[in-house]
Amino acid sequence: MKYQVDEKGFYGDFGGAFIPEMLYPNVEELRKNYIQISDSESFQKEFQSLLIDYVGRPTPLYFAERLSEKYNTKIYLKREDLCHTGAHKINNTIGQILMAQRLGKNRIIAETGAGQHGVATATVCALMGIQCIVYMGALDIKRQAPNVARMKMLGAEVRAAQSGSKTLKDATNEAIRDWINNPVDTHYIIGSVVGPHPYPDMVARFQSVISAETQAQLLEKEGRDYPDHVVACVGGGSNAAGLYYHFLENPQVNIIAVEAAGKGIDSGASAATSALGKEGIIHGSKTLLMQTPDGQITEPYSISAGLDYPGVGPMHAHLFRSQRAEFISIPDQEAMDWGLTLSQMEGIIPAIETAHAFAILDIRKFLPEDVVVFNCSGRGDKDLDTYIDHFKL
Amino acid sequence: MNRIDQTFQKNEKLLSIYFSAGHPELEDTVPILRALQDSGVDMVEIGLPFSDPLADGPTIQESSTRALRNGMSTEKLFQQLENIRENIHIPLVLMGYFNPMMQYGIERFCQKCQAIGIDGLIIPDLPVDLYHLHYKELFDQYNLYNMFLISPQTSEERIRYIDSVSSGFIYMVSSASVTGAQSTFGNTQEAYFRRIAEMQLHTPQVVGFGISNAETYRAATRFSRGAIIGSAFIKFLGEKGVDAIPDFIKSIR
Repeated sequence: MKYQVDEKGFYGDFGGAFIPEMLYPNVEELRKNYIQISDSESFQKEFQSLLIDYVGRPTPLYFAERLSEKYNTKIYLKREDLCHTGAHKINNTIGQILMAQRLGKNRIIAETGAGQHGVATATVCALMGIQCIVYMGALDIKRQAPNVARMKMLGAEVRAAQSGSKTLKDATNEAIRDWINNPVDTHYIIGSVVGPHPYPDMVARFQSVISAETQAQLLEKEGRDYPDHVVACVGGGSNAAGLYYHFLENPQVNIIAVEAAGKGIDSGASAATSALGKEGIIHGSKTLLMQTPDGQITEPYSISAGLDYPGVGPMHAHLFRSQRAEFISIPDQEAMDWGLTLSQMEGIIPAIETAHAFAILDIRKFLPEDVVVFNCSGRGDKDLDTYIDHFKL
Repeated sequence: MNRIDQTFQKNEKLLSIYFSAGHPELEDTVPILRALQDSGVDMVEIGLPFSDPLADGPTIQESSTRALRNGMSTEKLFQQLENIRENIHIPLVLMGYFNPMMQYGIERFCQKCQAIGIDGLIIPDLPVDLYHLHYKELFDQYNLYNMFLISPQTSEERIRYIDSVSSGFIYMVSSASVTGAQSTFGNTQEAYFRRIAEMQLHTPQVVGFGISNAETYRAATRFSRGAIIGSAFIKFLGEKGVDAIPDFIKSIR
């Protein structure tokens, strides 16, 4: 269990719960109960049946023949883009809404950047008939109008975060403030493997269905239950945590994390936290984050809204520092080009986040016999406007 | 003896003021401290601004953002406070989030505080358990008190633990809220103040969050040893300026 969370809530040097005392009772209640609840038979029964009947799992593990031929290696796509609501995000929100119900909570709050996690949260709240409030940066509300409309249509209230830089990190601050103000009846559904312990571990567990299915599917297709490489994009890192989860302790599996270089690592407009971040505290977790020398958290940039978080989850910070994972960063331009490449070579229009992962194929060589699994974490419908602008479609 | 302890010995009820260093203007820190001392304030919390103050309401978020925009930083604040003990003798507490302190270097930060004559720290996002385990020794070495928060949701067992690790005072958050969210206190708060008073803790308690006028100050100090005013003072400062500080303090007690 070298790469999993330890009993104190740390991944090596990273993690923990650096939270104001006012949040302690909420987080402690969750910490004491999350494993027992999620391991219980009744929880698992409901969780698994919703993943199958509602989300549409298992998602296919698709052998990408044309890509494999072109890059002379064996490329598989784990098709999380086929999940209900269009991305892996819903695996976590299903798990957390069931958790919230068992903790007796009747009010849900969430943060969202691009709106994907907000939509996934609004969806499960509608499914369960629970009140839902989503915090979103005022700037993001303007940039992501269709997802705002989706959340509203699903019955959620979208509240604008007006503080700081008015983006994802500020929406997260607002959600945390809401939780401080409503400590008894409210559950906070965090959308990634970030935040105070036990969130990174809980979210990783709910997303671990991705690698559990991959194991079974590889056994069938390749006669062994592990690949040589797993590749995923990392913003906060939830789709990556899900794909890596069951392979973390298997040294035969190489782990590749792909970050957004934005306009270039040294351009001042980037989200490549492993290259630009320093150890610090963001949203209750000790991790790597982008900040000024004075310790003020800076605003990241990527063309993909799902990757522009100024930190990474503590699991990923540990994978980076311990060199268990290989970190590669991909600029906007290459990611956009790969959005087009994947569309035209495999008939799959990926989210721009997801396109970052595939773009490593141009710079990272694999052996012909290597089995490489990419997390095709989300579909590109939400990004059509950006694609249209970029390619003058 | 630490100035905080002296102040509790000298005064039955304390009035303490919080402000964000660097707001309204970058160089206001020392003039504000002088005006507060001259107006009879017993203790001051100097806020080290942070980009993401997640325990604070809109007023302090805004003053922090503005202070940072004005050019405030840890280094700058320490420069401003370099000779502060030539004039200011009331206890001074630095209140800030943990990340800027980490980046400055915790030991270097403590050293600097001691050299300047800072009496203690309040770090809302450094939990008591982690402090106890990793930092208490260091703080003790530099004679710095570290004050912890409790809220109406804090269990009795945890309050006892916090009391056992505390020095200076316990910062009682008046209700389940971020800073600045209340304008009056109701029966729930009075019951909470009474409950804590009845626990007979060895560390004195000071109430903060939501104290804005003479009425809330009186209610807060009925069962505790003092009260901290932050958001209401910052709002006043933004509207009336440093010269009007005595008027604000007179309106409280």
